[in-house]
Amino acid sequence: MFYIYCPYCEEHREEEEFHVVGQAHIDRPLDPDSLSDAEWAKYLYMRKNTRGLYQEQWLHAIGCRKFFNMTRDTVTYEIKETYKVGEQPTVV
Amino acid sequence: MTQKNRLDVNKSANKSSGRINVNKPISFRYGGKPYAGYEGDTVASALLANGVDIIGRSFKYSRPRGIVAAGAEEPNAILQMGATEATQVPNVRATQQELFEGLECKATNGWPNEDFDLMSYVGKVGGNVMSPGFYYKTFMYPQSMWKTYEKVIRKAAGFGRSPQENDPDIYDHIHRHCDVLIVGAGPAGLAAAAAAAQTGARVIIADEQAEFGGSLLHSTELIDAEKVQVWVDKIVAQLNNAPNVVCLSRSTVNGYHDHNFLTIHERRTDHIADFIAEAPKKTIRQRMHRVRAKTVLLATGAHERPLVFGNNDVPGSMLASAVSTYIHRYAVVPGKSLVLMTTNDYAYQTAIDWFYTGRKVVAVVDARANPQGQRVHQARELGITVIAGSAVIDVSGNHRVSGVKVASIDKSGEKITGEIKPLVCDTIASSGGWSPAVHLSCHTGSKPVWDEKILGFVPGKTIQKQLTAGGINGCYRLKACLQEGYQRGCKAATDAGFQQMPQPSFNDVIDVDEEPAMALFHIPHTEPTSRAPKQFVDLQNDVTAAGIEMATREGFESIEHVKRYTALGFGTDQGKLGNINGMAITAKSLNKSIPETGTTIFRPNYTPITFGAIAGRHCGELFDPKRYTAMHQWHEKNGALFEDVGQWKRPWYFPKTGETMQQALDRECLATRKSVGILDASTLGKIDIQGKDAREFLGRVYTNAWAKLAVGKCRYGLMCGEDGMVFDDGVTSCLGENHFLMTTTTGGAARVLEWLELYHQTEWSDMEVYFNSVTDHWATATISGPNSRQLLAELTNDIDLDKDNFKFMDWCEGTVAGVPARVYRISFTGELSFEINVQANYGMFVWEKLIEHGEKFNITPYGTETMHILRAEKGFIIAGQDTDGSVHPYDLNMGWAVSANKTFSFIGKRGMAREDCVRPNRKQLVGLKTNDPKQVIPEGSQAVNDPNQPLPMDMQGHITSSYWSANLGHSIAMGYIKGGINRMGEKVYYPQADGSVIEAEICSTIFLDPKGERQNV
Repeated sequence: MFYIYCPYCEEHREEEEFHVVGQAHIDRPLDPDSLSDAEWAKYLYMRKNTRGLYQEQWLHAIGCRKFFNMTRDTVTYEIKETYKVGEQPTVV
Repeated sequence: MTQKNRLDVNKSANKSSGRINVNKPISFRYGGKPYAGYEGDTVASALLANGVDIIGRSFKYSRPRGIVAAGAEEPNAILQMGATEATQVPNVRATQQELFEGLECKATNGWPNEDFDLMSYVGKVGGNVMSPGFYYKTFMYPQSMWKTYEKVIRKAAGFGRSPQENDPDIYDHIHRHCDVLIVGAGPAGLAAAAAAAQTGARVIIADEQAEFGGSLLHSTELIDAEKVQVWVDKIVAQLNNAPNVVCLSRSTVNGYHDHNFLTIHERRTDHIADFIAEAPKKTIRQRMHRVRAKTVLLATGAHERPLVFGNNDVPGSMLASAVSTYIHRYAVVPGKSLVLMTTNDYAYQTAIDWFYTGRKVVAVVDARANPQGQRVHQARELGITVIAGSAVIDVSGNHRVSGVKVASIDKSGEKITGEIKPLVCDTIASSGGWSPAVHLSCHTGSKPVWDEKILGFVPGKTIQKQLTAGGINGCYRLKACLQEGYQRGCKAATDAGFQQMPQPSFNDVIDVDEEPAMALFHIPHTEPTSRAPKQFVDLQNDVTAAGIEMATREGFESIEHVKRYTALGFGTDQGKLGNINGMAITAKSLNKSIPETGTTIFRPNYTPITFGAIAGRHCGELFDPKRYTAMHQWHEKNGALFEDVGQWKRPWYFPKTGETMQQALDRECLATRKSVGILDASTLGKIDIQGKDAREFLGRVYTNAWAKLAVGKCRYGLMCGEDGMVFDDGVTSCLGENHFLMTTTTGGAARVLEWLELYHQTEWSDMEVYFNSVTDHWATATISGPNSRQLLAELTNDIDLDKDNFKFMDWCEGTVAGVPARVYRISFTGELSFEINVQANYGMFVWEKLIEHGEKFNITPYGTETMHILRAEKGFIIAGQDTDGSVHPYDLNMGWAVSANKTFSFIGKRGMAREDCVRPNRKQLVGLKTNDPKQVIPEGSQAVNDPNQPLPMDMQGHITSSYWSANLGHSIAMGYIKGGINRMGEKVYYPQADGSVIEAEICSTIFLDPKGERQNV
């Protein structure tokens, strides 16, 4: 069970307080209507299934209710960093 | 029965009764027969003391089996415990269960019983009748018969059974944090704990045994010129007195999870009684400690490896160290005459221990050509015969060892080189060296590494903040164990942030010199393995050396495949004894090295754990929270039956005495449309939305337009995902220019709030908008029906109820029954309706006032089922019942709820414009009217165009909602039909499981009042 540092609460909390949301840094296209079906599908469905370092979005669901990002090694489950929405990862 | 194998303490050489208390005799029952033991005994030591040889039958061949080990690694002595049905516990290892007065247990294997077993004849008929993959190969065909085979196989095999009555005990969980968690309280663990404790670090030390000490509890060595047990007592006293140390005995660290999270299974009363019924002794039976540790120190020790030779499973065949444990710790000698087979010096201690009990040591058979170690000399000096360069290749005896066959072997241990000599004995102890107990270190995915020097796997690299000390590292000598324990204990504390340098807890330890051990994982026989007597590798699963060789011959090369094909390492002991031998045999038959072959993966739990401990208090009433509305007690008093909607308890319907469900629904439906009905709608999700951008935000998350919704007005909205598919719906009202109240489906409230937050926080964070759940703040009573206005008029004097001043889809603020209220004129029934919202604490009061004043109108409370019927009569959807995540608003024929004019590309817009979303033959929601008006189509029924079409039939869609409508006098249904909106009037057919076919006509979903006149009055 993960031990997660919430960048907003600035504390480590148990995984039970969090939800994982999915791959991080997927921005909603600014003008969806100008995209082809294929381009839209890419935004909507295509996600990486990385072995190794992976940026994913989490929600401190039973806590501050804030979404944040995490860099996690999908092999060892080591959490390299957590950072706020709008920030970029430092470990890639 | 007398305890014929119990040492007479006064006569034996060391005059010690070990850790048992001979002044406290205990009686217990095994297999229905009475036996006696002493306080401090395990069930295993007591049974051995009583001379019980057979403790069960083997899994596949039903061969008689006896006790092999003295700890968690025991493969055979798996008992069913419990004096009553409710207290039955399967999978109890006799070697770990402490004896208590009145204990009841029996063997789990063996039918009709373990002494006479029918299945054993199967095991005897020809050596290879039950080869690996036997079940796959034999019982596969015909498939339909498997259920029959399975019953017979399960009865004949199987390990115990679960209780058929509720567990009367209490279990719980405790959450802990510590700086240093030490697993194992043997020499390394205790030395480490003593060191770490001095630094002030918060230390938890846990050990699975009844008392701390590990191997020291049966050791004859010395620390600082005193018996090791004296040192153990001293350290344990220190730890118990230290305020920063938690000592957990009878506590198995069962799982090592990510980020140094470990679970400890503590057994608090299992050693006292079967069941403690009354206070003050009644307490938590087992406790799961959930520990987050800064550093973890594994001092889990090692398991002795048995040797693999012919018939090495006959009762009386034991691990060498287990024999020593029984002698020293329990004053039990498990036989009369011993042959010891070893590959190393350490095991000689067992022969020496046996010699001093006064019983006969027939010989020590050493696989090494010329052993000269200190213990070897000591044994020779005692007059013990040492047969070097030889091995025990076969055992005679059926229910108990009666002798062994010994032959000389070559240096590499691969061939028999000399004549076979028989020896007479009743016990064969064996030692093939030691395997570090690396299990916990593997739980987080770390792969153990082969160490050629110690002939075993040691913990591999890990990202956990984990240290290891002692036997787990292949460090077996006492002095080295203590030193390593001390050092790692210091390091663990330092790693957790404690700087002070503690003193070691010992000074002077003299180790015995040992010569290197020989690598021998499979003792050869004069016959090839396949024709030799069975050489067992995994006793619990009846896996033999020949079976493993056959698996590799049949093409299974990965150790994980060999494991699954042969069952090596399965079962409750997880191959603690057999795995390394099995891997070595696999490697050899594949001509690979052991590191190349690798290990299988150890997973939690280390030893079996009860479901009670896993569940803790999370059962019964505490399994899941229940949510009740403010009016719940009224519903209960008035005979409501309840339906679970998410965690909410909602009234389902209110049957009167003698009414069937359908009769109650008919009455509720008719009364509502005729006069007035009342529904508790408090559970609908309510989200308060404020901020200057609230209106724009609504426009982005709903499919319809919100720009012009005036204060005092309400609007229905559909919420879609980016894929364009509907996932929730509800009415949102404008409370102020920048203030809205959104309602969601009862089950969708949390998801919708999370959805809004997701978009606000991650996509449109520049928008000023705030969301807050107010579901529980309000209680909602909905009155519906032609008389609802008259009823409400009696309870308010400050709300203008005139039909032109308070229109459909308006809301206003005022008082109802003197209580401040928000009243919404919205309708889910199609009738004139008012949703009366009051602060939740007033909910019951206002509800009761409504009931009281409604009496003259025959006010009828109704539940979710009538609500479903009434809305279906009007063709209103229920998100989640009539939608399933694959339908967009146009599929629902609700294009009117999608705005084409919004500038912002709202969520769902692009999605529902995809090519697949605009094709004409999508499944669309339509109404369905059966030919026979009395027939109600079962929900889920599949539609076809032609019921006589040969299989596979062309499926058209399915029914999502279907009811009997008392108001209309016929059944009504909604469902999906391919291209259905343009197929009005066509017939479709619903074939049923019983062979009948229901014929129905496609029609509008609006069955009642298509113009909406009833709600606009």
